[in-house]
Amino acid sequence: MAYTVPRPKLNWRERMYLPAIVAGMAITIKHFKNMIFGRTKVTMQYPEEKWDSSLPDHYRGAPALVRDADGRVRCVACQLCEFICPPRAIKIIPGEIPATDRFAKVEKYPEEFDIDMIRCIFCGMCEEVCPEQAIFLRKDYAITGFTREDMMHRKDKLLEIGGVMHGVVLKWNEKK
Amino acid sequence: MDSFFIATSLAKIIGILFVVILPMVAYAVYAERRVSAFIQDRPGPNRVGPAGLFQPIADISKLLFKEDFTPRHVNTFYYWLAPCLAMVPAIITIAVVPFGSTLLGVPMVIADINVGILYVFAIASLGVYGIVLAGWASNSKYPFLGGVRSSSQMISYELSLGLSVIPIFLVVGQLRLTEVVRYQIEHGWMIAPFVGDWTNPAKWLLAVPMIISFFVFMIAVFAETNRLPFDLPEAEQELAGGYHTEYSSMKFALFFLGEYAAMITGSAVIVTLFFGGWHFPRIPDGSHGWIFGLINIAVFFAKVAALLFVFMWVRWTLPRFRYDQLMRLGWLFFFEIALVNIFIVAAILAFIR
Repeated sequence: MAYTVPRPKLNWRERMYLPAIVAGMAITIKHFKNMIFGRTKVTMQYPEEKWDSSLPDHYRGAPALVRDADGRVRCVACQLCEFICPPRAIKIIPGEIPATDRFAKVEKYPEEFDIDMIRCIFCGMCEEVCPEQAIFLRKDYAITGFTREDMMHRKDKLLEIGGVMHGVVLKWNEKK
Repeated sequence: MDSFFIATSLAKIIGILFVVILPMVAYAVYAERRVSAFIQDRPGPNRVGPAGLFQPIADISKLLFKEDFTPRHVNTFYYWLAPCLAMVPAIITIAVVPFGSTLLGVPMVIADINVGILYVFAIASLGVYGIVLAGWASNSKYPFLGGVRSSSQMISYELSLGLSVIPIFLVVGQLRLTEVVRYQIEHGWMIAPFVGDWTNPAKWLLAVPMIISFFVFMIAVFAETNRLPFDLPEAEQELAGGYHTEYSSMKFALFFLGEYAAMITGSAVIVTLFFGGWHFPRIPDGSHGWIFGLINIAVFFAKVAALLFVFMWVRWTLPRFRYDQLMRLGWLFFFEIALVNIFIVAAILAFIR
């Protein structure tokens, strides 16, 4: 449908443009002055200031493996996270716990646990699916590297990011 | 032509060019970026050195190391000539502008010639050739459109540029720019005659058309230096960069710096004509000691810097004019205002003398 844009009739003051120009220049100099006197709130200066202190609790950063209070790796290599992972970033090679071991009833442990951080989409499904509360999304967000190999988080790297998690997972308890 | 004159002239040329103008051009680019950032509530370039003060050095070294690419379809000779023609007129205009009083008895003006302002206009109008040649030699449609726009814009605004300063020379009676400054020392600045018998109403009557001519001249200088709101030749949103689309590396930088050099010389001419040049009330001239000579030079360049700030302030406030509006403004308003202004000043002069 044809539509004619209504052009408002300008009065002589508006047609002179000068009041509008002066008003515009007053606005810009006000912004300049506020900036000079440090009254303007500018955006976060990223490498110097970081998000870390203000990240919310539910923030989803890099996924990581955690140890429990005894220093044991919680992961039991059930491979659920490997199956749920939408971009297939996780690769687990399970190993068997020898029968003589104290935790023999757990049966499996991850011999290798790789997360390809080039593929990871930080969706948090691995955390959600984990029956052992062994994998968590921590608050690390600046995952960088010079090579593809750098971006591959191996088991030791994941444990280093993850740290120790206190909490109740009763699987390890001998009485269960 | 004695050797003393040649030696002092050389010293002045080298001093003013390499110590003042070229660093000023480089830092005008930095200042432009900082001012624009501050106006837009951003911090601007603040990484290289303290408060980003080494940014121009980083910029220039980046531009020097970039590949200097010459497209195969260009007219090579004019393609190479154009950046020089953009930079050179902007710089040599400063030759006739008195940038200080005297320093150790040497007058602080490179060439004190009696055609002063005519030389300024003659050289400043050569600046258009750099842009037109760049647009034509690039053999590409957007640069060509930029060049065509630039030539018509500059020719249109040259008229009001020239006519708007005639009132000053009606009052002063000479074209020599040092005489204009001397007149303003005796009678007060053209647009603010506070010096001398400043209660005399005739002087204030004369200041009114001076203010009009100041505004017309200032706006014409905006158009001459292709600054916003009149940057139609380069209008990057419409013309993909305009006349310098096909340029890279230092050749592009020459256009860019030439624009800032033109801004500086334009501001210097405005300061000389309307703001009393190097004069500031209660500061004696260089004959009272070399320190005052230096202070006079500093005063001159402080005024130039203040005007440069106004240039930037306007650039980051006003949107670009449409092309027909630009032409209408030039031919139907500023040309007439400047013309009528001459008659007003002539009438006032006939009345008070």
